[in-house]
Amino acid sequence: MDAFIFDHVRTPRGKGRSDGGLHQITPTQLAAQTLMALRERSHLDTALIEDVILGCVSPIGEQGANLGRIAAMAARYSESVPGQQLNRFCASALEAVNLGAALVKSAEAQAVVAGGVESMSRVALGSDGGAWYCDPQVTWNSYYAPQGVGADLIATLDGYSREDVDSFALESQRRAAHAWEQGYFDRSVVPVRDVIGEVVLARDEHLRPRTTMADLAKLKAAFVTHGETFGFDAVALARYPHVEAVNHVHTGGNSSGIVDGAAAVLIGNEAFGKATGLKPRARIKGFCSIGSEPTIMLTGPAPCSQRLLRKLGMNATDIDLYEINEAFAAVALRFMREMQIDHERTNVNGGAIALGHPLGATGAMILGTVLDELERRDLSTGLVTLCAAAGMATATVIERV
Amino acid sequence: MSSIELNVDSNGLAVLAIQASEQTLQPLTRAVRAELAAAIQRIGNDADIKGVLIQLTAAAATQPPDELLSLAERGISAVAARDIAREWQRTLRQLETLGKPVAAVLNGSVLGGALDLALACHWRVMHNDAGTVLGFPEIQMGLLPWGGGTQRLPRLIGVKAALALLSKGKPINAAEASRLGIVNGVGTADETIDHARAWLATHAEGVQPWDRKGFRVPGGAGPLAEFANETFMIGAAQLRKQVNENQPAPLALMSCVYEGTIAGFDAGLAIESNYFGKLMSEPVTGVLMRATRNIARAKAGRRPVDPKASAPVKKIGVLGAGMMGAGIAHIAAAAQMRVVLLDVTQSAADAGKARIANSLAQQGRNVPIAPEQAAAVLDRIQPTDGYERLDGCDLIVEAVFEDRQLKSQVLQRAEARVSDAALVASNTSTLPISGLAQTVRRPANFIGLHFFSPVEKMPLLEIIRGRDTSQATLDRALALAAMLGKTPIVVNDAPGFFTTRVFSAFIDEGACMLAEGIEPALIENAAKQAGMPVGPLAQFDEVSQELSWRIIRQALADGLDARFTRQAAAGVIQKMMELNRRGRRAGGGFYEYPQGAKKFLWPALREHFATQARQPGVAELQSRLLTIQALEAARCVEEGVIEDVQDADVGSILGIGFPRWTGGVLSYIDFIGAQRFVERCSQFALRFGPRYQPSAWLRARAAAGESFHPRVQAS
Repeated sequence: MDAFIFDHVRTPRGKGRSDGGLHQITPTQLAAQTLMALRERSHLDTALIEDVILGCVSPIGEQGANLGRIAAMAARYSESVPGQQLNRFCASALEAVNLGAALVKSAEAQAVVAGGVESMSRVALGSDGGAWYCDPQVTWNSYYAPQGVGADLIATLDGYSREDVDSFALESQRRAAHAWEQGYFDRSVVPVRDVIGEVVLARDEHLRPRTTMADLAKLKAAFVTHGETFGFDAVALARYPHVEAVNHVHTGGNSSGIVDGAAAVLIGNEAFGKATGLKPRARIKGFCSIGSEPTIMLTGPAPCSQRLLRKLGMNATDIDLYEINEAFAAVALRFMREMQIDHERTNVNGGAIALGHPLGATGAMILGTVLDELERRDLSTGLVTLCAAAGMATATVIERV
Repeated sequence: MSSIELNVDSNGLAVLAIQASEQTLQPLTRAVRAELAAAIQRIGNDADIKGVLIQLTAAAATQPPDELLSLAERGISAVAARDIAREWQRTLRQLETLGKPVAAVLNGSVLGGALDLALACHWRVMHNDAGTVLGFPEIQMGLLPWGGGTQRLPRLIGVKAALALLSKGKPINAAEASRLGIVNGVGTADETIDHARAWLATHAEGVQPWDRKGFRVPGGAGPLAEFANETFMIGAAQLRKQVNENQPAPLALMSCVYEGTIAGFDAGLAIESNYFGKLMSEPVTGVLMRATRNIARAKAGRRPVDPKASAPVKKIGVLGAGMMGAGIAHIAAAAQMRVVLLDVTQSAADAGKARIANSLAQQGRNVPIAPEQAAAVLDRIQPTDGYERLDGCDLIVEAVFEDRQLKSQVLQRAEARVSDAALVASNTSTLPISGLAQTVRRPANFIGLHFFSPVEKMPLLEIIRGRDTSQATLDRALALAAMLGKTPIVVNDAPGFFTTRVFSAFIDEGACMLAEGIEPALIENAAKQAGMPVGPLAQFDEVSQELSWRIIRQALADGLDARFTRQAAAGVIQKMMELNRRGRRAGGGFYEYPQGAKKFLWPALREHFATQARQPGVAELQSRLLTIQALEAARCVEEGVIEDVQDADVGSILGIGFPRWTGGVLSYIDFIGAQRFVERCSQFALRFGPRYQPSAWLRARAAAGESFHPRVQAS
């Protein structure tokens, strides 16, 4: 049985700081507003929804205790709709979509809503602790090093210079600004409102469209202290002993932005479309997740995508548009090099370097971005992939119908 | 005689006096622990006893306990070792849960098990004299506290402060212990007893904080604590940087604290005893304990010295005011000796003194020293170009350029100024002492004193006994080492002596690997990850290709045999000389040294030494780099350069940074197993060259199952 995407929405991405546009909005409200938007845009009878699956990477405090169900209640979905929260780190929202698609494909559900949320300004990254960082046995035996050190290690191994990663970042900024100017994001971004109904944010606010190479070059490498002072370069070299030293090239300017945001995707089968009169926009053709070497952490997207393409009997050239989450510039550069694809077909409207990366929501956001763009360009297939912490990656292929 | 005395007074106060005379880091031996258990039993059973005053006096200690060392060396299962800890934990747990108040008066070196006991008391008071300290030094010998210390200390003062103390292992004094909240009071001997009695008089009950309902670890515990990322995440990375994969104890210790403080107290004790058991069952633990013991013994001076030799040196003449000469002058002046610092010109001698002033200022930045103290050190140093200033010196140390003729000349001129009784020494690191001795008037008084650079920091003194050196001269050199605070080893004369020879084998092996086409970064990382402080190529640059080349040419000119002509590496050295890569001071060698930035491997290196497509695993390189040094050390034993294996082990660790986890160069062979070591060498000889060929002597020893070190027996 096929699983179709009927609609998707996302919030704009607010700066993940106390002066960010979404800082006063709780994560429950953020997620609930995307659920409400889906309902209203499609005049949806929410009793038809059989699960709300939300990704969230720091599920603690006000993001704790199952935001899936809580957001569904807050959005006044039918009380018959259960909810769940999942954590595949940065690929959580795409994993939520994949899990929803699996339920539909296996005919265990007719329709689900999947997406994710992260208010990084209100619930700080890493505030949920975890054995991976803090249990000495675990961090020791897994050679834990922070992602930024992994990204710098990719740059070191592949020989990406500071100029290479900065150029990539500049292009991400240019494309994102262009997409906003041309209104490519308009149909899917729903403004976020406060409790009295006023719009607090209608557009992504992390972009720096006027940034230049000279501006980027001024930024300090962000992971020098982690690497050299805290000792994580030594951890990386223990795994990669042929490397003389980690070349720290990533900065706040060529890494994904810390932002707040939420996204939701309406997924259902053919019968659901018939029952509601909604028109399916794309088929979720296939998906998979993998694990890979956890110290470098961020090299999973290419092997994950290759595995998925093999599974689907496809080649890299069969994909019209790619979205690789721009966790760090080197991640995207490594992905394109390994997949032998060029930047012209990849992240055509920019990515997380310009727009920001609300951890638990990004997967659903970039899935929506590629679908909108396939429609705008009248192309057929897209592949979405994200690297996820601890060496994981998730990928999904969609095809317009 | 019992070391424990229990007396009960008419008020029902039990006074338990514990005299721990054992000079080890676990002063409470198995016998003492058993007596203590019996005493606690008695206290528990005697309804008339209302309170307990423990007077704990422990001797100063530096060495690991024979009890554990012999167990670890003989091999003990994790379960058996765990049970030893469980028994000791039970004894202390019983004491703190009797319900009767227990106060402790602490005096002396309250270390290891003695501190475990103190922490199991409900109240502690500590002498504030200079000789009284407390701490858990277990980590320094590859162990962790096993009487509950990893659980009680964090519950008393917080996880962060406790882990800082436990993982450094440095003892602290009463003021610091009081500031941290480890003791409830400090005072003189009389005051402490009164304090303790006063506390007991006002407390009818004794309950530990962690046994009260609702107890929380101060400052929190586990991954959500504020300090968790810094203490555990960064802490573990720091550990990897410091000990690589080679030492299990620091990680086990961190895990005891992390896992144990999230759980209840008794589960915490179980966690501690399990990690202790596991640690004791690992062979490296015994090796580390032995290394700790051997180094402590060497530092204390394990050779009996004729008391006549110990007369203090009052005036010393140092010939040559370069880096080594200035360093020797510095430590001699710091040891209250008057120093004549002599060089060819007054300005060269003055420059040497300026170097010392600079070094004192730097030392002041790290470890503050009083300005008047620094001034006093400088006051004792007289820079000069006049040999007549040497009059009255009872010791001459020559530290001029490594040139035989020059050395002979300055030694002769200096010797002419001093009495027949004066000790005359050369700080050569390469030239045979017996050869130099032929040019001095009193060869019996002549000896080699090989200091290491930087002299102020490096703890080792390699004493080289020449053919004609008298026993009295050797005794005086040993006494001098003690005065200067250096740890001596004694070796017999041969080209390169001991440390230089083993060190050369290390750096040459790096050069050989480079010639084989191994990635330079892989060579350097392999060495560092094995526990060497610096990679062989970087070390080569420090020594300089130029000096190595000169030494080789000299050895060839002297007609020395293949042991000393370093033929395996000569090709690489020659090529580097041709490429004008002569060493760090000459502008660059295997590395580039940019001004104001970190050194990096010379990029053209990979052109001149083409790298193979298939690179070996890091483990094999580590094994090679340690094996070649151990093999050279074994040759030194065979040739009689080394008479006492402890000298080789201590010298290798303190002098050239051979990793401590091996126990030292010769311990490493025992650790691998002689037979396996010889097989490995033979294999390497086939694959990498005859330099790895084990001698018939070594093969015979291995076949006979002889080890270099005898196993330690429990006392």
